[in-house]
This record gives sequence, C-alpha cells and structure tokens, in this order.
Amino acid sequence: MSETNKVIEMKGITKKFGNFKANDNIHLDLKKGEIHALLGENGAGKSTLMNILSGLLEPTEGEIWVNGEKVSISSPDVANQLGIGMVHQHFMLVDKFTVTENIILGKEKHKFGFMDQATSQKDVKELSDQYGLRVDPKARISDISVGMQQRAEILKTLYRGADILIFDEPTGVLTPQEIEELMEIMNALVKEGKSIILITHKLDEIKKVADRCTVIRRGKSIDTVDVATTSQQELADMMVGRSVSFKVDKKPADPKEPVLEIKNLTVKEARGYDAVKAIDLDVKAGEILGIAGVDGNGQSELIQAITGLTKVDSGSIKLDGKDITNKKPRKITETGLGHIPEDRQRYGLVLQMKLEENMSLQTYYQKPFSNHGFLNHKEIKEHAKQLIEEFDVRTSSEENTASSLSGGNQQKAIIAREIYRNPALLIAAQPTRGLDVGAIEYIHKRLIEQRDHGKGVLLMSYELDEVMNVSDRIAVMYDGNIIAIVNADETNEKELGLLMAGVPLEKAHEQVTETEGKERETVANEK
Amino acid sequence: MDIIRLMQLIVSSSLTFAAPLILTAIGGTFSERGGVVNIGLEGIMVMGAFMSAIFNIQFVGTFGTMTPWVGMLAGGVIGLLFSIIHAVATVNLRADHIVSGTVINLAAPALAVFLTRALFGAAQTGPLPRAFGRTNIFLLHRIPVIGPIFFRNTSGPAFFGILVAIISWFILFKTRFGLRLRSVGENPHAAETLGIKVYTMKYAGVLISGFLGGMGGAIQSQAIHNEFGILTVAGQGFIAMAAMIFGKWNPLGAMGAAIFFGFAQSLARVGNSIPVIQDIPGVWLQILPYLLTILVLVGVIGRAEAPAAIGKTYIKSK
Repeated sequence: MSETNKVIEMKGITKKFGNFKANDNIHLDLKKGEIHALLGENGAGKSTLMNILSGLLEPTEGEIWVNGEKVSISSPDVANQLGIGMVHQHFMLVDKFTVTENIILGKEKHKFGFMDQATSQKDVKELSDQYGLRVDPKARISDISVGMQQRAEILKTLYRGADILIFDEPTGVLTPQEIEELMEIMNALVKEGKSIILITHKLDEIKKVADRCTVIRRGKSIDTVDVATTSQQELADMMVGRSVSFKVDKKPADPKEPVLEIKNLTVKEARGYDAVKAIDLDVKAGEILGIAGVDGNGQSELIQAITGLTKVDSGSIKLDGKDITNKKPRKITETGLGHIPEDRQRYGLVLQMKLEENMSLQTYYQKPFSNHGFLNHKEIKEHAKQLIEEFDVRTSSEENTASSLSGGNQQKAIIAREIYRNPALLIAAQPTRGLDVGAIEYIHKRLIEQRDHGKGVLLMSYELDEVMNVSDRIAVMYDGNIIAIVNADETNEKELGLLMAGVPLEKAHEQVTETEGKERETVANEK
Repeated sequence: MDIIRLMQLIVSSSLTFAAPLILTAIGGTFSERGGVVNIGLEGIMVMGAFMSAIFNIQFVGTFGTMTPWVGMLAGGVIGLLFSIIHAVATVNLRADHIVSGTVINLAAPALAVFLTRALFGAAQTGPLPRAFGRTNIFLLHRIPVIGPIFFRNTSGPAFFGILVAIISWFILFKTRFGLRLRSVGENPHAAETLGIKVYTMKYAGVLISGFLGGMGGAIQSQAIHNEFGILTVAGQGFIAMAAMIFGKWNPLGAMGAAIFFGFAQSLARVGNSIPVIQDIPGVWLQILPYLLTILVLVGVIGRAEAPAAIGKTYIKSK
C-alpha cells in the first residue's frame, strides 16, 4: 500500500489463446489523474490486455491490483463495480435504441420493472452537462454522428461511476475536429479526477495528451516512458522494434508514356448528381500521381469509374492505350489494373474466406489455379504461401480466414495480390488508413518500388502528408473538378490546403508567397 | 341476412381463426427480439394442441366449463417444456436456429400422433367434450351496434390474445426486462459489456415463445378443430411467423397481422354465406390465406426491420 496513487497495477499478465501468447508477462501501472498511453502496432496485444482489465477476458497468468487491492475481474460487472469503464473501438451501442436507453441499459431506473424514461433522460442530460459531453438524450444512435456516438459511449462509463476510463483507439473513426474535441474531453475528465488509459498507435496523439506511455510489441511490454522527454521517433522505434523512417526515400521519378488517359470524364453519384465533372487526367508510367482533397469531392467516384465499379456517364478512360470505358471490372483488371480499394474489408477481401482463397480472387479462374472450371487447391495454396512469404503477411497459417488478420496484415495481403500481377497501373485508395507506422512505411516502399519498375501508380488519400511524401505529381480535387495539378516538390502543405478548400491555383500560390514573405519580414525584424 | 348479422359473422369467425395466430405470433416476437429465430413454433403448437386435447378429455369432469382454459394453460406448459430443447440447442450448443427448429417441427407431429395412436388407437383423438365455443364479452356486448358486431357470440381466446398483445407491448417497450431482451437481440456484445446476462435473456425469450406457442396450439385444437389430429395445426405456426414479420416484431403489429390472416382463413368457411364472394369457387378461398401470406411477405419483408443480431449464435468471450 506504499504507492497509493496507483489506481491500477497489472503485474505479469499473460494471456494464451491455444499456443499463441497474445500477452506475455506484461506490466502496466496507472497513476491517479494521469493519461497513460498504451502504444503498440496492430495485433501487438493492446486490446487483449484491456479486455482483461475490463472483465471480458480472463488472464492465463498474472495479477491485477486496483486501488492497492488484489482483484479478480471475472466479468464486466466486476469491472464496473471497481470503477473501470471501457470506451470500445467499435462502439458497443444498440443502433436502434436512443442515447438514453443505451446509457442506462443494465442499470435502469425503474418502478416495479417499468422504466422511468423521464428521470433517466434528465440524469443523462445532467451528466452530459457536467462533463461537457454534448449528446441528445432522445436521439436514436443510428441518427447521430460518430462523434456523438462516442460521447454516448463515454457517458455510459461515467453513468456507471467509472473512475478509470479505457479508450480503445478512439480517434480512428473521427474527423480532425472531433479528435480535437475528444482531446479536450479527456483533459476535462482528468481534471475531474478520472484516470485514463489511451490505447493508440498514433504518436502525435500521445504527444498531445498523454503523460506516460507504455509500449508493447508482439505481446511483450517493452518500456514505460515519460511522454514529455521522449521523441516521436523514439516511440516509433520502440513500437516497431527497429529504426523507422518517417521520410519516404525515393529517387526522382522517370515518367514515360501515359498508362492512364482520362478525357472529359463525368460520373454521376448514386443520388444522380455529378460527382466527377468533365475531368482530364493522365497517369504516366514510372510516376506516382497523388489525388488530394477533402473526403467527398469526387475521389471515390473517380476511382470507382476507372475500376469499372460505377458507370461512366460521359467521357473516356484508356488504360495502357486500350479503351476501358464502362467495361466490366474483370476486363479492366485483365487489361492491366491493380486496385487497393478504399474500404479493404468490403471491397478488398472476402472476410469469411480463407486467406489463400483471398490471394487468388483476381486469378482463380486462370491456369494454373483452375482447370476446366475445377479449382486447383494445391496451386492456390502454393501461390498464397509464396505471397505471404514475399510480402511479410503475418499469420499463423494461410488457411486462416481473412477476418482473423489484423488491419495491417489484411492490407498487406491485398497489396500482395494486386502487385504480384504486376499491373500497368496500380490504384491505391487510402492504402494506409488505420495502420501503424511500421505498416505505413512498408506500404509506401512497395508503391514506390512499383513506380521504379516503370509502372503507373494512382494514389488517393485524405492524408495530406501521405500525398505529399509519396507522390511525384499531385492532382487536387474539389467539388468534382481537378482544380490544379502541381509537382510534389514545388508545393507545400499551405498551398495544398488552400487548393483543397477550393481556392484557385494562382490565388493560392499568391497567398502562400505573401504569407511567407511576411514571415520572412517578421523574422528579419525580430533580428 | 341483415348487415349486422353479416358483420358479426365475419368478425367472430375472423377472430376465432386469428386467436391461435395472435398468441403464437407474439411468442415468436419475444423469441426473435432476443435474437433467436424460433421456426419450431409449428412443432410447439402441435405439442400444445395435443396436450390440451388430452387434458380436455381427461379432466372435463374436474374443471367443467373452465376445461378449455385450463387446457390452454396445459398446452402452454408443454410448449414451454418443448421450447427448452430449442433454447439449449441454439443458445448453449450453438446449433443453427433453423436446423434446431426444423428438428422440432419434424419431431413434434410424429411424437404427438404416435402418442395419440397409443392412447386412442386412432390418428385422431375424436371430438373433445368441452370446446371453447362462443362467448359474449363481459358488458361490452351490450353497447349498441358495436356490441353485437364485435363482442357478442364471439371468440373468447381471441380477446385473451388481444389482452396478451397489449401486455406484451408494455413488457417489450416499457419495462427493464423488455429493454434488456431487445438489447440482446440487437447487440449482445454491447449487452454483455453492460453486465446483462445474454444467455439468460435469450432463454427467457425462447421459453416465453414456447409458452405462448403452446397456448396457441391449444386454442387451435379446442376452438377450431375440436379434436387433435395430424391436420390440426398444419402450417399455422408458419403463418404465425409470417404475422410476426408482417407485424414488424411488435406485439400489437403481430396481433393485427394475425387478425388479418384469421380473416383470410375464415373466408373459406363462411364465404358461402357472404353475398358477392359466395360465387367464388371454394378452392380459391382455401388458397387465399397462403397466397396472402406470400404476397404480404414479399411486399413487406424488404422494409421490415428485423432485430440486428437475429439468428446469430452468441459466443461469450472468455
């Protein structure tokens, strides 16, 4: 009881699933009133550890101490009673229930079993005012924004009197503004005397809010460090286990003839208005063309049109010199297209199918994978094994279902399948969304490799850093138009930011040089 | 025939045929709101019908006029017991809900007919000594015009079913139990993290469906067929499930849909005394309930919102 300020101590936690150790002798302690980050790559065992703490899993070995007392957290109920609440990554909400119903569920105010809706709604309102967590108590979950859903999820834990809050990758689904808001909420909660564990693989978030950080890698705890005195680079290296580079190494591009020629392309959106408005765009062999823009400015529709997933309204698309306008996706694929889709789980993989089957989704009907309509499972398996080896997809067996892989490894599997066919044009849409730095680095390297082999790459991303670091040329999309195409080494974040907001190129350029001039002046004046 | 007599005939016969469907459809609603598809309601109805018939014959001397009502409870109890099989199979043993339900649907009629043969030496029980018959609804039948049409000489069990529907609506949407049951059918993982006992709730849903389904079957044998045989239930459980879907998993909706299907079925019986449709060949009227079932389901099923986690096996983490 000497260190009473420790609200949680996890000592030597080991969790085995069969022979696989998801957690291997992990140590973690949480001080009262701190935000403690838990950093690790996808699949490092962060969620397993926290599921143990919240009573969803029982550890194979190890001890948990809460407020100086040894406890056994055998169920979520016990965790609740100990004041531990978890804000889950995939919200644990009932979509058809109201915010209030979700919050009170399991701890309802009632008279003879009949619920007291009015009092409950008032309680929720009061709680939401107290912590500045704006929610509409009467709204249905399916009708409110993701940010508000998350606030409801946080309120759920507070309603149960939680003092220790676990946030499991809370920012993955939020917009930048919502992330800002969440950070403020977390700070406010700590001020109210709560303690927070923040599970994440985003280094900038840790630097922004966390006091200390425990790094785990492949199920083992590596170190616990003070965030203030540790650089992002050090954190990243610890997490991945080797030196990670944030800068993308690449030679200058050597662009050749165009592989993709888009002329006057118009694409209608599902509701019938023009999402892509008469655009022209070329991607040359041996270059990476980045498409920058705020989500919802026609990028997705453009890519769906090229890949044949959406009908082209007018205009033409040529791939490798052949017209592919409104051709079937298979035809387009065979003409020489690789596609890493934006939503990897919906369009990239069949989650319920084995990894080996997923690896042949584009080629299963061709020899040697298929013979007179019969699949050759031996070849499919061999092929998958080869790709897993070559692209470092981490899985215990090629027979595992795609859903059992972590996000980063799912993406690697898709990239393996698409790049292996060596397509003339590779489209990568949001290829690193939700992935950790190690996986991001790897994927960028592969894209550049593809370019250096003389193939064309079309990279669509909402992350400005990614577009700037990886692309050779950048096309900015705004409101269905390509409002500018700039060379990556002749632009900067400010200029792109203005373009993405719809400011024309000349004006944007002017504004940027102006402010830069002023900055130079002020610097000079200060001297 | 005057118009009031005609209306009275249509309403009372519709309600008579609707009564078993109302209870069984509400039963299905409880089960599915908890996330368990109970296609075995057909078999459960058979067991309820069989049990109540036996009870009726055996205990008519003890219970007198109350015999069919007590028989209905007996049918409910046997339905509840039978539904335990479905609960164990789907909740604990993680069996496919459709497979388990189909097993019940195959086993129940076989067992019931076997026992009937063993007891009566024939495939049917023969006429029951005391059926539900027609009743006037307390006081309400004295209201002018409305009274004679809706409440006079009508089906007691149907009004019992309407009462059950109203109570069920309150239970499902206004009580703590209802909220928890629905949460389990929508998102059992969320429910578990809030300390709700998912398996217990699923059991509750299935057992309630067994009890109500058994009573539905009991009404079928004691109010409509007045005997038990292989043809007593014949598909009513499935029509009840259709009513449940048509009613959008809401007890009141299920009740309304059940009355609609009851009306469709009654036409085959009373159609020849109604002007206009008495010229339609009987075979068409007999097809009607099934045709309507198909049409309604095709028309409605796209828009109906089933509980999100329906038919999915929930595996507790640990």
